[in-house]
Amino acid sequence: MAVYSTSEFRSGLKVMIDNDPYAIIENEFVKPGKGQAFNRVKIRNLKTGRVIERTFKSGETLEGADVVDVEMQYLYNDGEFRHFMVNDTFEQYQADEKIVGDAAQWLKDQDMCTVTLWNDSPLGVTPGNFVELEIVETDPGVRGDTSGGGGKPAKLATGAVVRVPLFVQTGEVIKVDTRTGEYISRVKE
Amino acid sequence: MPSDWQPSCTMELLKLRARLLGQIREFFAGRNVLEVETPLLGHGMGTDPQLDFFTSQYDLPPKRQTLFLQTSPEFAMKRLLAAGSGSIFQICKAFRNGEAGRYHNPEFTLLEWYRIGFDLTRLMDEVEALFAVLMADLGLGPTERIGYRDAFFARTGLDPLAFDFASYSSYAEAEGLPEAADLCGNDPVLWLDFLFSHRVQPSLGDNVLTLIYDYPACQSSLARLNAENPLVTERVELFINGVELGNGYHELAEPAEQEQRFDRELALRRQRGLPVAGKDQRLLAALDSGLPDCSGIAIGLDRLLMLLSKSPAIDDVLAFPIGKA
Repeated sequence: MAVYSTSEFRSGLKVMIDNDPYAIIENEFVKPGKGQAFNRVKIRNLKTGRVIERTFKSGETLEGADVVDVEMQYLYNDGEFRHFMVNDTFEQYQADEKIVGDAAQWLKDQDMCTVTLWNDSPLGVTPGNFVELEIVETDPGVRGDTSGGGGKPAKLATGAVVRVPLFVQTGEVIKVDTRTGEYISRVKE
Repeated sequence: MPSDWQPSCTMELLKLRARLLGQIREFFAGRNVLEVETPLLGHGMGTDPQLDFFTSQYDLPPKRQTLFLQTSPEFAMKRLLAAGSGSIFQICKAFRNGEAGRYHNPEFTLLEWYRIGFDLTRLMDEVEALFAVLMADLGLGPTERIGYRDAFFARTGLDPLAFDFASYSSYAEAEGLPEAADLCGNDPVLWLDFLFSHRVQPSLGDNVLTLIYDYPACQSSLARLNAENPLVTERVELFINGVELGNGYHELAEPAEQEQRFDRELALRRQRGLPVAGKDQRLLAALDSGLPDCSGIAIGLDRLLMLLSKSPAIDDVLAFPIGKA
């Protein structure tokens, strides 16, 4: 793997620190006029998601982390693992609930998503920005209400619960923004 | 055709810079301080292990010489002082290799001046008077003068003149800087640089000009040791809103002491595998012939412009920062 010096630190660069893969979020060059230069960086631990700050002496080097984002199709859940496949190569990967995390509530069979691989094993899963899911349970809305004001909770086929307008009914398919968990629209079949 | 030919800064900033330069020239003209120019390209270079110089080739057949872009005009200006120039100032570019960031561009503009017969207190008075003119629009509060030791102690509870690994590292650990112990080890100079820039400097000069003086002796290569307390030097640094703006000294005039400090820095350079620098023999000869008692200071004008225009990055005040130069 490549080795990066502090002068190559950029937002998005993936590096190894204390045996964990991290992504650099921000890098600030700190140098007193008459003194040692430092690089103060804000970094995200790609295993835990935790963001911390760390200072390096300018000129120090870090080993790059072999972390890549790969587009994959979500196949199925066998109860213990979720299974994904790279469409071009048919290569399959499995990830447990701990790795899939919150993404699980948006994963529908056959949908495309992004799997982050570290040394070729899944580190995390990011669903597409928008997913289309069927409502399996919601209170019947008030007839005639089409404004969407107020809203009510609706349970989706994947288990996620989102707020939807009162006129949306069980059995309908809706489009949701997975980044905010917000209802966008109904999807015409 | 490249699309990045346009300047980084606005036309307003070009005008602000021009106004600043005019105000500085007027200020010093009113005080009979002579404006001078010294070479940006020279045979000598600073030995400070923390400053990396640019190297260039001068072809004049049959000779090929290595010349250096100056990291500061200090040595050349001291030669003028030793030759009898009287008090002088200069506005020039300075070059520092490898320095780029929110507050750094490898080529930047300095104001540097020297006052014959001034001690550090009188120099600080003059800095205050200059800032009252240049920064008038900012409505700063009354200038603060704080000793390094007091400023450091007030913010960290540590004594910068008495290094103690155990208390320094437990402070850093408690402050969320666990990497400090590994990074700084048993090097008190590095500890001071680290803790000062991470935990002291950011809170200095909250909408006021703060002058920090009496730096620990290990933190200054060209300042005099304080006659009453040899643990500190007659050095001053300027801060507004946590930004370091300048650095001044009651200048060291003793050639033997200067040469010893050069030798120490050269040894450090060798130890760290840094490019080998030579002692500036012409500076030593000038000191030998006699540097008048004086104080001098350098101020980064790009950073002053950042403050005046409330710009978050140095690129915003430069016509063409290094990426577009």
